Amino acid sequence: MTARVVSAGFAGGVFGAGLLLSGMTDTQKVQGFLDFFGNWDPTLAFVMGGAILPMAVAWRIAARRAGPVLGGIFPARPAQNLGGDLIAGSVMFGMGWALVGLCPGPALASLAFGGWQGVVFLCALSAGMVVTPFLRGLTGLTARPEV
Amino acid sequence: MNPDWIWGLIGGLMIGLAAAAFLLINGRIMGISGIFGSLVDGSARQNRAERMAFVAGLIAVPAVLAMLIGAQTHIGSDWAVIGVGGLLVGVGTRLANGCTSGHGVCGISRLSLRGIVATVIYVAAGAITMGVLRGVMG
Repeated sequence: MTARVVSAGFAGGVFGAGLLLSGMTDTQKVQGFLDFFGNWDPTLAFVMGGAILPMAVAWRIAARRAGPVLGGIFPARPAQNLGGDLIAGSVMFGMGWALVGLCPGPALASLAFGGWQGVVFLCALSAGMVVTPFLRGLTGLTARPEV
Repeated sequence: MNPDWIWGLIGGLMIGLAAAAFLLINGRIMGISGIFGSLVDGSARQNRAERMAFVAGLIAVPAVLAMLIGAQTHIGSDWAVIGVGGLLVGVGTRLANGCTSGHGVCGISRLSLRGIVATVIYVAAGAITMGVLRGVMG
C-alpha cells in the first residue's frame, strides 16, 4: 500500500513538472494552439507527441508482462463504442478548454501560482464533476469506462 | 528550432514517462479527470490514497518549481468566463470519461478509437470556439 502511494505521488510530481516545463500551465500557450485561425502556436503538438512516445512503449511492455510491478492487473481495453456521452462531453470540454486555456491536469498543477482565477476555475470544474452523474440520470447517458 | 517547442518536447516526454510509470508500476491509467473526478464526486471506492497522493504530487512539485524558476498562467480576469469554462471542462471530461491525459496521452498511445475520436472532437471544438471568440472580441 505504501509503495503504491509513494509511486503515485512520484508519478503525479513528474507529470506536474512536465506540464510546467512544457508551458502547458500557461493558458496563452494552450489557447495559442487552439488558435488555428490566428497566430497558431504548435507547442502543444510537441508536448502531446513527446508524451505519446514513452506511453506507446509502455503499452507494448504491459502487453508482454503478467501484471504491474506492485501487483494487480493492467487495465483491460474497454469496449470501443462511441456513445453520445463521449461526443457531447468532448464538445463541452473543448469549448471550456478554449474559453480559459486550462484542462484538469494543468488546473491542478498551476493551483499554487494561478491566483484567485485558478481557484475559481478548479471550484467550477469540481462542481461540474459533481453534477455530471445527475446529468447522466436526466439524459439517460450511462457511464462508461475510461479510455 | 524554437526553444518553446524543445521545452514542449522535454516536458511532454516527462508527462509520458509519468504515465508509463503509473501504468507499469501501479497498473493505473493516468487520466486526471478520472483520478480527480472520482475523488471529488465520491465514486473512488478503491485506491483513494493512491489517487490523493497523485494529486498531491501534481500540485506540490510545480509549486516548488514555480518558486525556483517562476511561472505564470496568464489566465483571464473575467470570473464569469472562468466559471463557465470550469463547469464545461468538469461536466465535459466526466461525460466523455477522459480529458487530454486519459484520452489524449493514454488513449492515443494504445490506438484506442474512443481516445482518438475524443481528442479530435475536443481539439476541433476548442479551435472553433477560439475562432468564434476571435470574431466576437476582434
